Amino acid sequence: MLRKASSFPEEMLEHVLSFITSDKDRNAVSLVCKSWYEIERWCRKRIFVGNCYAVRPEMVIRRFPELRSVELKGKPHFADFDLVPDGWGGCVYPWIAALATAYPLLEEIKLKRMVVSDESLEVIAKSFKNFKVLVLSSCEGFSTDGLAAVAANCRNLRGLDLRESEVDDPSGQWLSRFPDSFTSLASLNISCLGAEVSFSALERLVGRCPDLKTLRLNHAVPLDKLANLLRGAPQLVELGTGAYSAELQPDVFSNLAGAFSGCKELRSLSGFWNVFPGYLPAVYPVCSGLTSLNLRDANIQGADLIKLVSQCRSLQRLWVLDYIEDIGLEELAACCKDLTELRVFPSDPYGAEPNVSLTERGLVSVSEGCPKLQSVLYFCRQMTNAALVTIAKNSPRMTCFRLCIIEPRAPDYQTLQPLDLGFGAIVENCKDLRRLSLSGLLTDRVFEYIGTYAKKLEMLSVAFAGDSDLGLHHVLSGCEKLCKLEIRDCPFGDNALLANAAKLETMRSLWMSSCSVSFRACKLLGQKMPRLNVEVIDERGPPDLRPENCPVEKLYIYRTIAGPRFDMPGFVWTMNGDSV
Amino acid sequence: MERSMAYERDLNLKATELRLGLPGSDEPEKPSTTPSVRSNKRASPEISEESRSKGSSCVSSKVESGERDSAPPAKEQVVGWPPIRSYRKNCLRAKKNDQVDGAGMYVKVSVDGAPYLRKIDLKVYKSYPELLETLENMFKLTIGEYSEKEGYNGSDFAPTYEDKDGDWMLVGDVPWDMFISSCKRLRIMKGSEARGLSC
Repeated sequence: MLRKASSFPEEMLEHVLSFITSDKDRNAVSLVCKSWYEIERWCRKRIFVGNCYAVRPEMVIRRFPELRSVELKGKPHFADFDLVPDGWGGCVYPWIAALATAYPLLEEIKLKRMVVSDESLEVIAKSFKNFKVLVLSSCEGFSTDGLAAVAANCRNLRGLDLRESEVDDPSGQWLSRFPDSFTSLASLNISCLGAEVSFSALERLVGRCPDLKTLRLNHAVPLDKLANLLRGAPQLVELGTGAYSAELQPDVFSNLAGAFSGCKELRSLSGFWNVFPGYLPAVYPVCSGLTSLNLRDANIQGADLIKLVSQCRSLQRLWVLDYIEDIGLEELAACCKDLTELRVFPSDPYGAEPNVSLTERGLVSVSEGCPKLQSVLYFCRQMTNAALVTIAKNSPRMTCFRLCIIEPRAPDYQTLQPLDLGFGAIVENCKDLRRLSLSGLLTDRVFEYIGTYAKKLEMLSVAFAGDSDLGLHHVLSGCEKLCKLEIRDCPFGDNALLANAAKLETMRSLWMSSCSVSFRACKLLGQKMPRLNVEVIDERGPPDLRPENCPVEKLYIYRTIAGPRFDMPGFVWTMNGDSV
Repeated sequence: MERSMAYERDLNLKATELRLGLPGSDEPEKPSTTPSVRSNKRASPEISEESRSKGSSCVSSKVESGERDSAPPAKEQVVGWPPIRSYRKNCLRAKKNDQVDGAGMYVKVSVDGAPYLRKIDLKVYKSYPELLETLENMFKLTIGEYSEKEGYNGSDFAPTYEDKDGDWMLVGDVPWDMFISSCKRLRIMKGSEARGLSC
């Protein structure tokens, strides 16, 4: 029996759609037919814009009139490593101004790598009566004055998360701007703040918010005050400590240990700046329940570190410095069978010589002992193809593999061969791999493997690798799901780029810096592909003052329906059509 | 022994040497990169006295740490490699006072009343007079002379910095090397707050 689409009540479809929250599924629904497109757009509540320049705010507002949550990303990922000059863009104000008029009921704003001014924060604070969640991840451009406006005005705020942002904080007084009647806070992350916050204001705030589940303090909160905070919030699930050192005093210690014991719901710990090891046992009572431990800023070493980690038998996520060494990772592999994510960061990334005994063996141990391992970020100084092959065989469920061998172009240290085979094994065995970062000595061969096997790969980061355009061509022509590609210091030029121009429209963005792409090719690409913004970043001055075949410093290409942007600084040129 | 070496360098005997040719037409003494800001003004006697005595202790510590100065220059650092977040780099650098690395050390500089901040690379400067002169030129103000007892007495501006403990300190109090390794950002205070520091 045929049923026409129009005989299916709209309200029923809306009800069904309310259970569909994934962006991809929502997008698929909207493509079924015109009426589904209409119904879907009227009931979409959340939107994620992966590149704030891919669309204009007016376009979003026109299509989705009932949004409650907006998430935006600005600068390219390589901005994290100083590769994007200051002033490049990513200013959120135009979005905030548009959202303020269009969505008085907006509840959530999440921003990543954007420039957020105090003025933007003031507009947010005053425009949305029911504002609940603000997440500023790796953002910059604002001060505690902007935060004060949010604290003073957002009566229903549930979450304020400033993770990894750079905040100008001349004073810690902003926390006192939360009125005494304000009790709705569930999540507070101020770990990135440099200055002291008013401790008494913090204590009172924590004490009067019964729903507070996440509290990430900054290093300025001293250890002897931590116990008071914990006693005021025994319901905490996630805690980031402040500085974790003080003179060892028995009463301070027992007070702290008692406070930790009272936090029966604690599942995640972070912070631990400046650790005095004598105080570590105070957290032992909560270790067995921890699923997430972030020691990325902790200078704990040797036996203290291993003892701490080995008590966390339920650990799923561990972020740690390379002080853990191979021996600590062996212990981790033996104790933490539920581990899904491991990140090992370098304690001395610029030292010429290794300062710790962390090698490929540590990662191999973890892959052997932890069958659920899915996500790895590993900084080390040596690697072999054999180790990578072993890791690949042990961890077929890997979805994110990022290896950073500190010396660029370092070969397999035993065979002196490139690491093509090792990474080839990773992409061949790990069929669900979505993210990959390469390092070490690599030829075009590794890109051939990637293009052949990495069919689910969405994001690829490449540095100091490859021999020729063939490398880039393999990736662009083979990786069907590729969304973000970022490349630095590789001998990739015009040919692969121009031959795969159409591919670029299926991706979010491509970044290439210190490669061999000529100005001529950039212009050509810009002219051929009107739905791409081809932006040349060159601090040497206008590219047309140099010969056309001269390579550009940096190139950022992204698909867009917004046309070329108008807020480019003096060192960015757009290659779009007539404006060249 | 090291003290007299430093003393000689500070007297700048080369500049007063009799020779044919215009003053200043010499090659720079050091083979390594010279700072982009050269101090043409003669530094005030007080502050150069400070930096001379502190400078010599810095020289001796460098000699003691041995190979650093006589070894070939540290491997040139590649921008953005290894790929770790930039603000974390400053944290790591602050922990290691004696490490020689080639990357810049950018800190933010704010001036009370100015609408936006600037960033400068502290590695480019070798002494307080150079730094202060740059700040004066950058913001078109006069900071004046430092004295241990009275700070920048009489000036409308006082240069302060936030150290790695989060405390705000007066620029000039500690030896230059210690300042470099602990300075996270600079703030030039203005007006009565600034003058109050001299008390």
